[in-house]
Amino acid sequence: MSGHSTYQPQGAFMKWMERRLPIASLVHSSFIAYPTPRNLNYWWTFGGILTFMLTVQIVTGIVLAMHYTPNVNLAFDSVEGIMRDVNYGWLLRYIHANGASFFFVAVYIHMARGMYYGSYKEPREVLWILGVILFLLMVATGFMGYVLPWGQMSFWAATVITNLFSAIPVAGHGIVTWLWGGFAVGNPTLNRFYSLHYLLPFVIAGVVVLHIWALHMVGQNNPTGVEPKDEKDTVAFTPYATVKDAFFIGVFCIVFAYFIFYIPNYLGHSDNYIPANPSQTPTHIVPEWYYLPFYAILRAIPSKLLGVTALGASIVVLAFMPWLDTSRVRSANYRPLYRQFLFIFFAAVIGLGYLGSQEPVGGYVLAARLLTAYYFAFFFIILPLLGLFETTKPLPNSISESVLGKGAPAGNGGRA
Amino acid sequence: MSRQIAIAAAVVLAASLSATAVPALAQEAAAPPREHWSFSGPFGQYDPQQLQRGFKIYREVCSTCHSLKLLSFRNLADPGGPGFTEAQAAAIAATFQVTDGPNDQGQMFQRPGKISDYFPLPFPNAQAAAAALGGKVPPDMSTLAKARSHEGGFPQFIFDAFTAYQEDGPDYIHAIINGYTTAPAGFALPPGGQYNKYFPGGAIGMPQPIKDGQVKYTDGTPETLDQYGKDVAAFLMWASEPKLDERHRLGFQVMIFLIVFTGLLYFTKKKVWHDVHEPAVSS
Repeated sequence: MSGHSTYQPQGAFMKWMERRLPIASLVHSSFIAYPTPRNLNYWWTFGGILTFMLTVQIVTGIVLAMHYTPNVNLAFDSVEGIMRDVNYGWLLRYIHANGASFFFVAVYIHMARGMYYGSYKEPREVLWILGVILFLLMVATGFMGYVLPWGQMSFWAATVITNLFSAIPVAGHGIVTWLWGGFAVGNPTLNRFYSLHYLLPFVIAGVVVLHIWALHMVGQNNPTGVEPKDEKDTVAFTPYATVKDAFFIGVFCIVFAYFIFYIPNYLGHSDNYIPANPSQTPTHIVPEWYYLPFYAILRAIPSKLLGVTALGASIVVLAFMPWLDTSRVRSANYRPLYRQFLFIFFAAVIGLGYLGSQEPVGGYVLAARLLTAYYFAFFFIILPLLGLFETTKPLPNSISESVLGKGAPAGNGGRA
Repeated sequence: MSRQIAIAAAVVLAASLSATAVPALAQEAAAPPREHWSFSGPFGQYDPQQLQRGFKIYREVCSTCHSLKLLSFRNLADPGGPGFTEAQAAAIAATFQVTDGPNDQGQMFQRPGKISDYFPLPFPNAQAAAAALGGKVPPDMSTLAKARSHEGGFPQFIFDAFTAYQEDGPDYIHAIINGYTTAPAGFALPPGGQYNKYFPGGAIGMPQPIKDGQVKYTDGTPETLDQYGKDVAAFLMWASEPKLDERHRLGFQVMIFLIVFTGLLYFTKKKVWHDVHEPAVSS
């Protein structure tokens, strides 16, 4: 998709096909000849890892769906049936449950990389916004998947999260009843969550196609943030990026497999092995770990409506980063102040994650409020102002200059 | 880089310092001691002898009140389980009375259990259990060992990932069985409650279920409360996670494969990128 295809169809059939459906040349130009900056580091392999994880989740999910029963009286036992009586059912379920976590690990690293290297900036705004939409879809899919085993945490997480919509003025309670399909979380809720949990991954796959399309229009960013100027700055996607991605998918899978085989329940909550019981509230309702920072933001604000607004804003604000950031320099390697504020931002998000897992009492509330304030200040104050006041380091003239070290200002070659 | 890390650490530290003002929750239960389990760690496997002893305790003690409804008698002969033969499992099943039916006259009837039957319920329904046991329904034991945990908190939860600690359920069950003591002075025990220092809130509805020497072992294992606790916790862990042996075995094979395969990919990557990096710095 970048420049003319250099693909030359070989053989009579491929030539015949090329004049009718040029899919071979599309694949060739997108995944073989496609030029990638030669200085990409391993943080850039997480796009490939995410595609891999989406495939893993869809494949394991489809097989799990063959054995799962979306009914409040049968769901818990059907999941246990998968664990006990389906051949390798335990493996499928542990891959799928931990796969959700590792999908989020990968997406958070992917987003952090984009923020560090300024990958959201012109001309990659649409690419970035499609990424934010993908993240929102993942959040919705992950939440509905967590409800399906119909354990105590499933039920109460569904109750707490759907109740957030009751904060909407006037229509709130009507919306919640509509979402539930009744007057409480019940069988209609479970049924529709199952239906949507099956649908949304394919919506994600569709938006991923758009995301990759947009990526291939503008080309990849790179650790210097300087656009490739000539062929010396790039290498072909295959074999260079392919083999590099494959290697790091392997590394990622080693960690993933460690969780699946040795600590499969580490990231889950033990209460979800208790069947859902609407008449017994768990002492401490917590969402999955990957929502904890947002949960902490929600609880940091005393007003329910404002809390829900802040929760939504904390994700939606990402889509506005291309315009909130006024600096013309992309990579944090050349932005010393931005780099510091960004690392504090990452620490604040991790801190919020920890606070989200704790009871909101005493000093925890104050800490969550401070970190929430920093979270939004980063986007609405620090990002716009830094671009005006920050003194950036000199950029290299080209990627190859920075890689070959000829007076490269940041000698670390983009390693973070 | 190190300066940024220092700043980031300072932010987190400030957040956690402000958190030290949190009052300790009054009903915080004691942390269950961590026991040694044959099935812990990446190479852990169940000890069939221990599972058989644990099953004996379940059968003679727990099953009076606690159901085990997701388990079938055939599971007793499954690989990675207590290691009964199919004939033994069928013989065990036959000692249980199971409700079947309706028959040709439309009546439910009792018959000896078959190997394909599930463990019968001690009470016909939860209401009957609550009525007989002072208002509390004893939890089903099929997933109990995975449904109980103790929050280790920070930084313990990070160590637990590296040491592959997944035994908080059995540790808790063993601790509960050994945790019956007299209530501390000033502790208001609700009527019908027992004091157990490992139970959240301290007041447990279940009377002390087992005492030294209550269940006879035929293999010379000491008949102590501590041993009973371990054996029944191991059995319940198997009931919750019956494929653990297989998971650990397959996991080792998968890890070996992934490490070798990823190593080969690494060298392939190095070879492919050689011409790009020559004479450049590493990437």
